[in-house]
Amino acid sequence: MTIREKFDVDLHSLQDAVIELYNKTEIALTKSFEALNTRNIDLALQIFEEDRPIDRLEEEINDFAIMVITRQQPVATDLRRVIVSIKIASDLERLADYAVNIAKATIKIANEDYVKPLIHLNEMHKNVLEMLTLAIESYREEDVAKAKKVAELDDRIDELYGIVIKDLLSLTPDNSDKLTQISQLSFVARYLERAGDHITNIAESTLYLVKGRHYILND
Amino acid sequence: MTITINREFKLEDLMLDNSKNKDVVYDTKNLNLWYGEDQALKNINLKIYENEVTAIIGPSGCGKSTYLKTLNRMNELIPSVKTSGEIVYRGRNIFDKSYKAEELRTQVGMVFQKPNPFPKSIYENIVYGPKIHGIKDKKILDEIVEKSLRGAALWDEVKDRLKENAYGLSGGQQQRLCIARCLAIEPDVILMDEPTSALDPISTLKIEELMQSLKKDFTIIIVTHNMQQAARISDRTAFFLSGEVIEYNSTDKIFSTPENKKTEDYISGRFG
Repeated sequence: MTIREKFDVDLHSLQDAVIELYNKTEIALTKSFEALNTRNIDLALQIFEEDRPIDRLEEEINDFAIMVITRQQPVATDLRRVIVSIKIASDLERLADYAVNIAKATIKIANEDYVKPLIHLNEMHKNVLEMLTLAIESYREEDVAKAKKVAELDDRIDELYGIVIKDLLSLTPDNSDKLTQISQLSFVARYLERAGDHITNIAESTLYLVKGRHYILND
Repeated sequence: MTITINREFKLEDLMLDNSKNKDVVYDTKNLNLWYGEDQALKNINLKIYENEVTAIIGPSGCGKSTYLKTLNRMNELIPSVKTSGEIVYRGRNIFDKSYKAEELRTQVGMVFQKPNPFPKSIYENIVYGPKIHGIKDKKILDEIVEKSLRGAALWDEVKDRLKENAYGLSGGQQQRLCIARCLAIEPDVILMDEPTSALDPISTLKIEELMQSLKKDFTIIIVTHNMQQAARISDRTAFFLSGEVIEYNSTDKIFSTPENKKTEDYISGRFG
């Protein structure tokens, strides 16, 4: 194998590691809502446990990227590939933290019935997962059109966030005994809204990788 | 060059073409060069700007050293060499019959890959050129020696042994002596053909830093095989391939978002 081929292998390994991190993060986000919907504390605790390997994988990606920079001194697209892998890994790790935050909220409110069915929250969550899959596809395939589509999905998440918060606030006067639950559910909505922003970052990183300049998708 | 990152910093600004406000030192127009039947340079069009470091990169045999040597007409010593086109230096075509090579070379100094001091004292190495140009006053020559050695960041290391043979200096010091020798004739342009390829990293760094300080007063054109060096020290980079200029742009642009795929392939080590 030539040195350049070895370098290409390293770049692929870096991308594979980012995809692996995505897989773990996606599972965490899926489980977080399974736990919330079924008020399952055991499952929520499991998300805490599974967050440690996610943090470790992000660190490994950083270390590997530093190694590649040190050894290969990449330039142009190669350099952007390495930098973007670090940035996307950081966004994915943050997304997994939101799954943990949702699990924490679940543990606080799982012992009582919900004030209302979590229909819009679940729709937000579904959109987040779809958006994440699309963003990662755009990164893996270096597909600019998919990256731009991610931003459109984020608009829907922001819209749903407004609806959820309004709903929850309107329930406050009649449910003074459930204020903890209402505030925790609005936190969950907030985490999903923030998740949408981090996924948009992933799409922006992909555009930067392909085009070599910065785009702001969510203004 | 140090870049301070602040809120106004935009990478795009670094890549903007700022050549409009700069004086052109060399304007190469449709230059072709043959060694016998072999064409080594093909239709080169290139402007070299004042007080910049211009790097020329490309794989072996791409014509980059040939181009550099053509800039002070060193190639015409080779009988089989034929050229067409123009190289306009400060408004005058260097191929004009009336243009004497010696006249050009007092303006355009050259530093080679291997340090090549004369087998004389450090002092004599520096004053060699000025003496040829008729300067005899010892006081003036002493001043030239100090000024040139200071300019080449060598003065402090050799000021107490100016009468010693230049061969006693280290490789890095010898190369800086050659740069000092070049400065002694107060040139306008300094051509450098892989000036650090025979030097260790510390000496290399010294020469690179020297180039940064020299470009305030001179225009520097450097041929280098070391891509990181080109990225570190130059303002503009020309990528040569098979005798042609494939891409010529600001160094920031060449090494971050080159326009030509061949450039990207070369700087990324995909061929060469």
